[in-house]
Amino acid sequence: MTDRLRATSSSGIGCKGKERVAAIAGHICPIAGGPGDREGDRGGGGGGGEVSRFDEVSLLAAMASEEVHCAPISAWAKLAQAPEDPILGVTVAYNRDPNPVKLNLGVGAYRTDEGKPYVLHVVRRAEAALVGDRSRNKEYLPIVGLAAFNKLSRALAFGADHPAVLSNRIATVQCLSGTGSLRVGAEFMAQHYHTPVIYVPVPTWGNHNKVFPKAGLKLLTYRYYDPATRGLNFAGMIDDLQAAPDGAVILLHACAHNPTGVDPLPEQWDAIRQVIRAKRQLPFFDSAYQGFASGDLDVDAYSLRSFAADGGEMALAQSFAKNMGLYGERVGALSMVCATPEAARLVEGQLKLVIRPMYSSPPLHGAAIVATVLGDEKLFQEWKVELKGMADRIIDMREKLYQALVARGTPGNWTHILKQIGMFTFTGLNKTQVDFMREKYHVYMTGDGRISMAGLSTSTVPRLANAIDDAVRNVA
Amino acid sequence: MVLSFLNCTSSQTRHRPLTHSSLSSIHSTGRPLISSAACILQPEDKEQKGGGDIAVRTVFFFLPLPTMASAQAMPISVWEKLTEAPEDAILGVTVAYNKDPNPVKLNLGVGAYRTDEGKPLVLEVVRQAEARLVADRSRYKEYLPIVGLAAFNKLSKELAFGADHPAVVANRITTVQGLSGTGSLRVGAEFMGQHYHTPIIYVPVPTWGNHNKIFPKAGLKVQSYRYYDPATRGLNFTGMMEDLKAAPDGAIILLHVCAHNPTGVDPLPEQWDAIRQLIRAKGQFPFFDSAYQGFASGDLDADAYALRSFAADGGELALAQSYAKNMGLYGERVGALSMVCATAAAAKLVEGQLKLVIRPMYSSPPLHGAAIVATVLSEEKLLHDWKAELKGMADRIIEMRHKLYDALLQRGTPGDWTHILKQIGMFTFTGLTKPQVDFMREKYHVYMTGDGRISMAGLSTATVPHLVNAIDDAVRNIA
Repeated sequence: MTDRLRATSSSGIGCKGKERVAAIAGHICPIAGGPGDREGDRGGGGGGGEVSRFDEVSLLAAMASEEVHCAPISAWAKLAQAPEDPILGVTVAYNRDPNPVKLNLGVGAYRTDEGKPYVLHVVRRAEAALVGDRSRNKEYLPIVGLAAFNKLSRALAFGADHPAVLSNRIATVQCLSGTGSLRVGAEFMAQHYHTPVIYVPVPTWGNHNKVFPKAGLKLLTYRYYDPATRGLNFAGMIDDLQAAPDGAVILLHACAHNPTGVDPLPEQWDAIRQVIRAKRQLPFFDSAYQGFASGDLDVDAYSLRSFAADGGEMALAQSFAKNMGLYGERVGALSMVCATPEAARLVEGQLKLVIRPMYSSPPLHGAAIVATVLGDEKLFQEWKVELKGMADRIIDMREKLYQALVARGTPGNWTHILKQIGMFTFTGLNKTQVDFMREKYHVYMTGDGRISMAGLSTSTVPRLANAIDDAVRNVA
Repeated sequence: MVLSFLNCTSSQTRHRPLTHSSLSSIHSTGRPLISSAACILQPEDKEQKGGGDIAVRTVFFFLPLPTMASAQAMPISVWEKLTEAPEDAILGVTVAYNKDPNPVKLNLGVGAYRTDEGKPLVLEVVRQAEARLVADRSRYKEYLPIVGLAAFNKLSKELAFGADHPAVVANRITTVQGLSGTGSLRVGAEFMGQHYHTPIIYVPVPTWGNHNKIFPKAGLKVQSYRYYDPATRGLNFTGMMEDLKAAPDGAIILLHVCAHNPTGVDPLPEQWDAIRQLIRAKGQFPFFDSAYQGFASGDLDADAYALRSFAADGGELALAQSYAKNMGLYGERVGALSMVCATAAAAKLVEGQLKLVIRPMYSSPPLHGAAIVATVLSEEKLLHDWKAELKGMADRIIEMRHKLYDALLQRGTPGDWTHILKQIGMFTFTGLTKPQVDFMREKYHVYMTGDGRISMAGLSTATVPHLVNAIDDAVRNIA
């Protein structure tokens, strides 16, 4: 058999055929995954491509033709079908829906009252100025990103006069929006922090549960949302933080908790801070909605700033996706508040070692827009007005939805719609009701019953109210 | 004060609550109260657990009671034991260059194109595309899909492989937008680290420094194969073939598509064919890094020969593609990862899994740079103008090679400098030693990476003489 193969290999089969024959003679199929799965269960191709797989008859028949083809076997043939992302998948499903009155309340992207995406005026102006300036170039940013952007982001989050800012104790690096900042910070911690365990609230943004394990942190939880009151389970939260190990990392939503919209009161924040400091835990803040919660940037930063003022250390992942409407430009910053400027300097150096092998340096455009807006007094003031406008429209939608449900006499207490803070309402609808509303009314939301108020408009409130009313009355 | 301090550090902590007034006193002094400082800042250092605690307690017990004004404990950071991170070997060159106050300094470090006036260049087609995009008020800044801008992915795939390539036509290639070359390498490698049966990658010696950082982070074991021959300043083809043969079946093999970085030494087409046959015979998985398509010969298709021949033989491969250099989009971080699979079904499965790598890394890629690329590649006139600008850049680099070579020849600088002409792409691997490199930096303020690699793109007609002086002096007087 082998002699015949070798003989055939020197005849005119063609380059491709010769390779195949040579490979088969060498008992390795060139396309198959290789010498067998690593642990017997990796997505590799069909094992070692043993010649026994190809019976002699078909082999010779194949070689007789101009081109020899192995049945193509992919190294990836055994990959599992990846599940659609639970949040982004909502928009995927929405886009596929042909129904003309469909309503997307899935992802937290702001819409105008006409239901349109919104690019802020200050962003358009900043962008036009940047692009029109031919003295600007597109050189690589430093690994840590645009310096002006970092400085201004830090000042926005903490306040330009904050003691931690003034004492140079904060290392700030530009990252890819909130997700990127969380991942870089978490990867740094997994490598360098003495207790690589992070506690997240229940519930939390779905992607937290993916980011942290990937980064190498062990993921645990603390009680947060109380379905009975649709408010904060403060006692449970404090108990769980107390029970958590000293030194653990604690994830905190700076404001406008996602998905519940339930935030601690200032007094509660103070108590939370005292427990965390007493247990020397490391707070990791996720700030994606500064300015969206109350409409006031400083008020929304209360928790963040009080932690940063007590001398203790903390991390902050800051996003400009929502409050500057820069979603797709991926603009954010990771700030590490350290006990000393020297520690901050060491941290910055190590953060660069996380970033460089991930994407080398961050993207320029969005950061330049933010730096332009924050660095210009007029643009900054106008931004605050636009931001307040967005926050106010969301609050208006809360009012309208609440009134609509009250007017219909929809069973249940709907005051949480008014009380919850930020972009989302955690409706309390169950999965069955959610599915019902999608199927019958083409209303799309995440499976946990979270709706994006930013996706509602005056004209679509009635439809949503009808859908909720029907679901609550008729679907368990 | 001491009593409350001791309460604070005991494990059964009954902390003294911080009232609002104590918060404001923090604000006014900018310093933490000493008792709370001790509470907050005592590091839970496993190694030092007992000793550390005791040491601090002892120290404070004997100190006089601090007043508010001097209430500044030596703040202890959980990060204080971090090691000083070394500066990046490549980017650190520019950092050092920027710090240098000398007016005649020359930066030949990082591979970013410069005009003959020594200025960065934003391509005209990029300016045009960008202006148009930004002026279009019907455009939004919504999140891209996890896999990025669809038009960009399609056009990038076609640019790399050719729109009519059988693998493209057969839908066997899944392409996702990545953060330039680095991001595409990382996503691809992380996917393989998780799903490929032989998570070992072989890289050429030498290779781009960052490869050796990306792959371990992604979970791949890094090994190497011989590549550069210092004796000939060319390809050690025999050594390469031997090492690929000796490498395990099924291992991943990193290949530079063209304009090898840092050496500028590329296999000839016949050599590529032999390399390909060997890799296919051993069922190894080629991972191509393409950062210079169009820069090597000035022709996009000619530069893609290796890539396209591998993609045409029915086998699988991965490609990390960058627009940093050939479209001058460096800081916008534009690139793509393409996975050429045996079947369209496999390509679909791969795409789904790639999304699971990207989502927890940065959710979705940045819009701006990809939109620029998609605009340029999709319009006949812009595409045509781009190719002309690209060729212009490649030609200027080739011209610098000739000028440098001629000048060294004229100077009578010892040694054979023909490799300056033979090497391909943005860089020249000069063969200068580390002491010579350091000497040139110190005396002549000429900056290059420690391996003697110079970026020809950073040279200009005006600066060639200065470089020649430096090289000549170094070669004659430094070992």
